[in-house]
Amino acid sequence: MTATPALSKKDYKTDQEVRWCPGCGDYSILNAVQGAFSKLGKQLHETVIVSGIGCSSRFPYYMETFGFHTIHGRAPAIATGVKTSNPALDVWVVTGDGDAMSIGGNHFIHAMRRNVGLKILMFNNRIYGLTKGQFSPTSEQGKVTKSSPLGTVDYPFSPIALSLGAGGTFIARGIDVFGPHLEDTICKASAHTGTALVEIYQNCNIFNDGAYKGFTDKEVREERILYLEHGKPLLFGANKDKGIRFDANFQPQLVTGADLGKAYVWDETAANVAPAMALATMNEAEFPVPVGVFRRREKPTFESGIQAQITAAKAKKKESLRDLLFAGEIWDVK
Amino acid sequence: MQTTSTTSASHDKGLQDLDQVVIRFAGDSGDGMQLTGDQFTRTTALMGNDIATFPDFPAEIRAPAGTLPGVSAFQLRFSSFDIHTPGDAPDVLVAMNPAALKVHLPELRKDGVLLLNTASFSALDLKKAKYEKDPRTDGTLSGWRVIEVDLEQRTLEALATSKLDNRGKERCKNMYALGILYWMFHRDIAPTEKAIAQKFAKKPELVEANLMAMKAGYAYAETTEIFQTAYRVPPAQMKPGTYRNIMGNQSLCLGVVAAGQKAGLQLFLGSYPITPASDILHQLSTYKHHGVVTFQAEDEIAAVCSAIGASYSGSLGITSTSGPGMALKAEAIGLAVMAELPLVILNVQRAGPSTGMPTKTQQADLLQAMYGRNGECPVAVIAASTPADAFEVGYEAVRLAVKYMVPVVVLSDGYIANGSEPWLLPDPDRLPAIPVAFAPEGQPGTKFLPYARNPETLARQWAKPGTKGLVHRIGGIEKQDVTGNICYDADNHQHMIDTRAQKVANIARDIPPMQTIGPRTGDVLVLGWGSTRGAITAATLRLQQEGHEISCACLRYLNPLPNDLEALLRGFKKVVLPEMNKGQLAMILRSKYLIDVQSYSQVNGQPFKSHDIHAYLQKTLASLGSTGSAKETRR
Repeated sequence: MTATPALSKKDYKTDQEVRWCPGCGDYSILNAVQGAFSKLGKQLHETVIVSGIGCSSRFPYYMETFGFHTIHGRAPAIATGVKTSNPALDVWVVTGDGDAMSIGGNHFIHAMRRNVGLKILMFNNRIYGLTKGQFSPTSEQGKVTKSSPLGTVDYPFSPIALSLGAGGTFIARGIDVFGPHLEDTICKASAHTGTALVEIYQNCNIFNDGAYKGFTDKEVREERILYLEHGKPLLFGANKDKGIRFDANFQPQLVTGADLGKAYVWDETAANVAPAMALATMNEAEFPVPVGVFRRREKPTFESGIQAQITAAKAKKKESLRDLLFAGEIWDVK
Repeated sequence: MQTTSTTSASHDKGLQDLDQVVIRFAGDSGDGMQLTGDQFTRTTALMGNDIATFPDFPAEIRAPAGTLPGVSAFQLRFSSFDIHTPGDAPDVLVAMNPAALKVHLPELRKDGVLLLNTASFSALDLKKAKYEKDPRTDGTLSGWRVIEVDLEQRTLEALATSKLDNRGKERCKNMYALGILYWMFHRDIAPTEKAIAQKFAKKPELVEANLMAMKAGYAYAETTEIFQTAYRVPPAQMKPGTYRNIMGNQSLCLGVVAAGQKAGLQLFLGSYPITPASDILHQLSTYKHHGVVTFQAEDEIAAVCSAIGASYSGSLGITSTSGPGMALKAEAIGLAVMAELPLVILNVQRAGPSTGMPTKTQQADLLQAMYGRNGECPVAVIAASTPADAFEVGYEAVRLAVKYMVPVVVLSDGYIANGSEPWLLPDPDRLPAIPVAFAPEGQPGTKFLPYARNPETLARQWAKPGTKGLVHRIGGIEKQDVTGNICYDADNHQHMIDTRAQKVANIARDIPPMQTIGPRTGDVLVLGWGSTRGAITAATLRLQQEGHEISCACLRYLNPLPNDLEALLRGFKKVVLPEMNKGQLAMILRSKYLIDVQSYSQVNGQPFKSHDIHAYLQKTLASLGSTGSAKETRR
């Protein structure tokens, strides 16, 4: 094999003017993705980015790869067709909380369940941006928006918990403003063979500004963010002086001081989903916000299973087109 | 069941030659009527008759036993001449219970044969069938030749030595009935012996019992005095070649598989189970050894979307569905129109609206296929007209989709899907070529132009991801022609709308001229599309024999319409268009050509009867002063 020239971030930029609002979190995500891609050792033409509808879904136009900007919510279904018919392609889905969690919820859970080799980047800004500010399935209850002037009645759900429930094999979270961590998380997602979800907390500075301020601002983030690190205890705080343990019912508890040694040692490859589920559903006000890899389990992919059946069937039965047509009970008329 | 010659000496009892017979098997959903009909059909096809079938069954898998909604029927017509429909009124009705009798007796031809199973005529059975009195004793059955047989008792006796329990034995009663019919119609039992042995290969006791029952039925008919005459229908004069009996869904599958192989493309079917299209998913799933990928999606939308994704990546994406699924796929089909990707949508129409009657037939999705999307969103639309024709139509859909980079909707319907007929097998080497040229690798320093077009067809290039130098972006947003960049420019949008329409219109230059049965001018042209073809043809031939100036034609291409259609329509004083909808194609033709096409509509979930079309046309012809030469014909 001839060595392929290493690509730089710049190689992934297109000639299209980026049209997100100035200050949008999507810019830093684009930067992190371009940074990650330049490290993955792929050629431009080996990658396909499929998106749905929404601000995030403009993403493919800004990446010098194959790109397919499709329809609202359906990107995982289209990407499943792409990956299944050509497993050699590196297929990414870029979506948002409205696109993937609301109108496309069904396709999302079934992609997770099947373990199709798709890398799903879900930009979660907890709002509808492109339609100018309605609440989304991840908006906090009581949120006042254009479509909920008295506050929402809806309960939000956690995309991470949903993905765990759907049998996802790689589930992670990053944050737009944590560039290097996000880039690293995207690289990890890329290394996973099955469906990989990276939920990316993204600030919409127009319709939901400061949604994540409470744990992403420089002054508070050390105390409020829990970095999940495989094989290491769940510790957080500037001095790593706080930790998380689980009680017998897998309810999270804060530990400090002498109890710090009881902090749970994180295993992202655990078969049991309970610890990851507990972290995914922790009360954001009471507990730190986990970022990093919640779950990583290798399992045969959907497309490999499909291709294996075809390969086996072809090896077992060779049939010409003539034999296929002239099958069953046939008779001749002279 | 008209007799053409009389007694033959080759049989102990009388043997009469007939030129055609229509038989209907009717019983409970669990009585095995479809299997029985299917066996009779296979045997008859192998014996060289022309044959057409019409299974008619309820949507419920097993409605309560003995009730009217639970009745399942299978009609078949076989003949010694070329036939076009499974017949109107049956000559022979096999009724397995009072409910089947109640539902189907009114359609039995007067003087026809009723083979009635008398096993379940208790008060409760009669009540379930909504009979107030026993129809056997109150004169209900007068006017028909009634043969009463207690099929359950007879079958139990025949299977005395079988190891099956009584319930299992009783379930063989359909085979007993089949045996009787095989004797009556002088059929060879060997094909069924073979088929049953295969079907129950793992359960030898079932093979034994079923065959014992069939043979006992045969022997019963041969020896008892109830059956006086057996009938023989000589083989039909059919075009030389090799034949296979085929159902519409099956041949549609074979058509797309053959086309995929000719085109050198991997087939990808994205589908969600829906009656009456599910058999397409089932069958294509068995073609993995031909490289066919099937994907049972989470819903109809994912089914079409996965097919679009497959086409985008260089496979041939296909999705199969019926009307309600078609509605769900509309937005995604629009994406394929916008992305200019090949896509084949197989719509096996059923009776709507909404859930409608899933197992009943209709052709009311034409306007949906033509216009059922937002925006100006043209696709090619073609229709299968018979079970065997579905092969060619499936094949043609693939050819058009890849040549014009456009979605193609194939309209079939429940009548074609489950009906069957002998299919003159095509020579695979002589099927039309389907050339596919993917965009070649790009040269360094050049930019790939995804919407550069073939000047003749206006199709864009098919650019496979993974090909060096071709990276580009496409999507559902309006784009600039040639470059594919997002573009909201007013003139460009007009240009793209016109271009997408012209691309589909260009297909008209690539399709054969209209074929007619009869001259291209005259009093009446009966125009049809899809499964009405058989009934229209039969009625027209009869009227031609009766001396009328009438011709008929069947449209395969519905969008675009053939270039010579308008001239053809203008060659007749009147154009009559029978459709199983409220006049959808008639509306299109009237608006397009300003011709006073006369719609003959029937939307009752049943196929047209050629008799009804004949009667309707007689009135139309009379209104034009055509009386014909009034000679009687035998069909």
